[in-house]
Amino acid sequence: MNNIITFDKVSKSFGELKVLDQLNLEVKDGEKLALIGPSGSGKTTILRILMTLETIDSGFVSVNNEYLWHEKINDKVLPATDKHLQKMRDQIGMVFQQFNLFPHLTAIENVKQPQILVKKKNESEAKEKAEDLFNMIGLSDKIDHYPHQLSGGQQQRVAIARALAMDPKIMLFDEVTSALDPELVDEVLAVLRKLAADSDTTMLTVTHEMNFAQDFADRVLFFDAGQIVESGSPKELFSNPREERTKSFLRKFI
Amino acid sequence: MPCIITGQIFFMKEVIAFYPILIDGTITTIILTVLSAILALAISFVVGLSRISKFKIVRVLAIIYLEFFRGSSALVQMFFIYFVLPMWGIYFDALTAGVIAIGCNLGAYGSEVVRGGVLAVGKEQHEASLALNYSPYKRYRHVIIPQAIPVMIPTFGNLLIELLKLTAVASLITISDLTFMAHIIRVQTALTLEPFLVILVIYFIIASILVKIVDIIAKKFSRGRNIMIAGEN
Ligand SMILES: Nc1ncnc2c1ncn2[C@@H]1O[C@H](COP(=O)(O)OP(=O)(O)OP(=O)(O)O)[C@@H](O)[C@H]1O
Ligand SMILES: [Mg+2]
Repeated sequence: MNNIITFDKVSKSFGELKVLDQLNLEVKDGEKLALIGPSGSGKTTILRILMTLETIDSGFVSVNNEYLWHEKINDKVLPATDKHLQKMRDQIGMVFQQFNLFPHLTAIENVKQPQILVKKKNESEAKEKAEDLFNMIGLSDKIDHYPHQLSGGQQQRVAIARALAMDPKIMLFDEVTSALDPELVDEVLAVLRKLAADSDTTMLTVTHEMNFAQDFADRVLFFDAGQIVESGSPKELFSNPREERTKSFLRKFI
Repeated sequence: MPCIITGQIFFMKEVIAFYPILIDGTITTIILTVLSAILALAISFVVGLSRISKFKIVRVLAIIYLEFFRGSSALVQMFFIYFVLPMWGIYFDALTAGVIAIGCNLGAYGSEVVRGGVLAVGKEQHEASLALNYSPYKRYRHVIIPQAIPVMIPTFGNLLIELLKLTAVASLITISDLTFMAHIIRVQTALTLEPFLVILVIYFIIASILVKIVDIIAKKFSRGRNIMIAGEN
């Protein structure tokens, strides 16, 4: 199968702090990937680079066989223009830890507006898609509520629907349950499990929920200090970690 | 001093007798207020958004505008437009000159309100709309500004009252607003306290109505964050 994402010796620093150090990463089309690792290891940074929210210092990121942060013009590789980034962003969707719904729009407007403004759909197409998605996330009775009238778990499910409505090839989930009260975590994870099982969208999720990672992912990557320490199927990595760093990290979760 | 009080109540009637010009003056004041407010609002957005432009030249021009109009007197600006510009062949009638001076002046203050309101919208809202691939224009038009407006409205309300009060100086370039009419009544009746007392009350009533209107607009715009939808709970 094709690689839909490649990181080729990607480095990224914030000031003095080197967050990614010559990172190499390949993700296959349709793969469900879970990123785990200690706090500050650069997991969020990887997703933000893919979402074009964070630039890279060196190396190359490719999405769907095209450079993300560069453009080939007459055989010269130049930094990407805004236009190129906009084209590339079309293939990628992201769900944030803090939901980031638009507070001035109702739940269904949150899901409709981007389809209408960005995907140029008409009102009824956007509405139909939104209603299907609300059905899928189990919130058909809350479509006219404003975000502040919804629980965190409900808001996060709307945020997932909003990202899905754009039909991205790649979905990025950054610790989407870590801002939630414990009793609301399961309803969100249930939606993600269903998604992972039913769709051929490539999905990258950063998570601290090891049980969830086990069901969700085809492959788990353990990160530390901006490097992949170990990667493998959930079964391999969780029951039989090879590296000492992985073992000591996983011990904290048992 | 009861006699003075009764005397004033008596002379009030003489002032009230001038009601046709008082009504004219009120209408002129309202027109001047509304037109200046529209101009000020437009300038507020243009200059306020220019302050956060990614182009440095645009930002610098906006700052020059702001500092110029905030740093000099509205009255002098009005005299300049009405008395000085004609010397260079640029003529405005009194009302237009008044609207331009007051609108440009309050627009400078309003631009700070717009800038503050827009900057108050969190970074995560920018990132969410970027992740959904909104263009910068759509991001501001559909996500950032709609959230900034409820933040701006109360301060805009205060500026609107400032603007109403500022319109009184327009009488000095022969605009026949309320203050101008009060002077006429004073000259014709030789009364001083009464005409000004009457227009004081009229200004106060106009201001109260404006406050009410701003309240209604604020309610309309605060949908989402504060307002509960009908039928909830
Ligand atoms: N904009 C920024 N400016 C400065 N430092 C940053 C910035 N963003 C992230 N960092 C730092 O980079 C490092 C990696 O951050 P990142 O958010 O990618 O970690 P993470 O693996 O997602 O951690 P966590 O599990 O806590 O979310 C952290 O030390 C963080 O403080
Ligand atoms: Mg993180």
